[in-house]
Amino acid sequence: MSEYADVLIIGAGPAGMAAALAAAPGGARIVMLDDNPAPGGQIWRDGPQANLPTLARDLRDQLQRCDNIRVHSGARVIACAGPKQLLVEDADRGWLIAYDKLILCTGARELLLPFPGWTLPGVTGAGGLQALIKGGLPVQGERVVIAGSGPLLLASAATAKHKGARVLRTAEQASTAAVAGFAAQLPRWPNKLLQSFTLFDRHYRTGTHVLAALGTERLEGVRLQQQGKIVELECDRLACGFGLIPNTQIGQALGCDLDGHALAVDTWQATRRVDHYAAGECTGFGGSELALVEGAIAGYAAVDDRQAAQALFSRRARWQGFANALNQAFALGPQLKSLAQPDTLLCRCEDVPYAALAGHADWREAKLASRCGMGACQGRVCGGALQHLFGWQPSVPRPPFSPARIETLLCLDDNPPV
Amino acid sequence: MPELMLDGRSLRVAEGTSVAAALALGSDGCSRTSVSGQRRAPLCGMGICQECRVTIDGRRRLACQTLCRDGMQVETRT
Repeated sequence: MSEYADVLIIGAGPAGMAAALAAAPGGARIVMLDDNPAPGGQIWRDGPQANLPTLARDLRDQLQRCDNIRVHSGARVIACAGPKQLLVEDADRGWLIAYDKLILCTGARELLLPFPGWTLPGVTGAGGLQALIKGGLPVQGERVVIAGSGPLLLASAATAKHKGARVLRTAEQASTAAVAGFAAQLPRWPNKLLQSFTLFDRHYRTGTHVLAALGTERLEGVRLQQQGKIVELECDRLACGFGLIPNTQIGQALGCDLDGHALAVDTWQATRRVDHYAAGECTGFGGSELALVEGAIAGYAAVDDRQAAQALFSRRARWQGFANALNQAFALGPQLKSLAQPDTLLCRCEDVPYAALAGHADWREAKLASRCGMGACQGRVCGGALQHLFGWQPSVPRPPFSPARIETLLCLDDNPPV
Repeated sequence: MPELMLDGRSLRVAEGTSVAAALALGSDGCSRTSVSGQRRAPLCGMGICQECRVTIDGRRRLACQTLCRDGMQVETRT
């Protein structure tokens, strides 16, 4: 079977939702494809322990009310099937979607840096722990340590505490001066200032980073470098995230250019491939407010409502200012490049240790020699880590972009990939 | 409240619970065994890392992106 969309939107987080709602009023046939069980992205991930803000519920209700918007949840892009046609898969079937305009709202993932013990059960990403808790993971009475960098650490700690965990430490690698400098700028964005007051807590430490997760079969504790001292804490969970990296794989596979680590876009949120737009975190980290306004601009631009798009430019600039201040304050320090030991696994899919990778010239050479990045995640975890550690640029992904079923690939039978 | 089978044991969970959460509610939280024999558990929580892949009704699925349904068979040791 196949489907057609005037506007196909990949990702139903804040950017994707705003894009769909902006493009909808003219009656365009809009299809949204999203990997998660429900629209909302990671920030508004739903679940039995989630607490969705009113804005998220409103946007979700508005999507549902639009007859010309169709949302496929739990669906992923597997391959480019032809010019302006994608092969996609959900839990039950594979099919083709042809489109006229495409908006990439593929979001970001956490940068997960390897350190001794990070493969132990009990160690998760920082946003990862928050997502798992929203989905119903029980943490009542558990001792939790959160480490890494960025405001997501505070949000994750707040969610864990709200569900009954004892958060022993929130360890921010950035210096006190950097965090204080950022906090001093917050009055420029009053709602962010308010938000930071509600999230801050007395177990927060700056200039502190993880050295190792301790334990044999599962996590039993953590060793931290805390403002010059080494500290060990017993804990049940360790959640580590070192900021966010844009999900650019599908955009790159479609021939969109990069600007640094993110998809390159112009003022209309258009990528360098005609009729292909991008918005939100896949164009660079900026938070949900920036994603919403970028998504709306992309949605308007995709249906040629230039005036409505232009009216949002000043709002976008304001939130870009916030994003710039944030990215500057939480820049990662060089100490995080030397956490892995020779036997620390860098590729968790193929269990490739640091010692097998150090010394190679680039990603391709390391891959051919070790199978690093050739497992199920297709280098989404180790690729980001190796880019940070060694400066290796991950290669443009090849299909299938995610593990897929043979029946799905057979849909390409009549439409061989170009 | 959906009732599923997790490695042969029955488990009842709240509506909307992810299979990743069910692994911790009904067992030790682990999802798979790595190529060198280590037990692993969900890591990224958002469909990226593939650590939480399990067998659900005979198909390989990501536990963190799948909601529990009545009668679902989940295997972590296949």
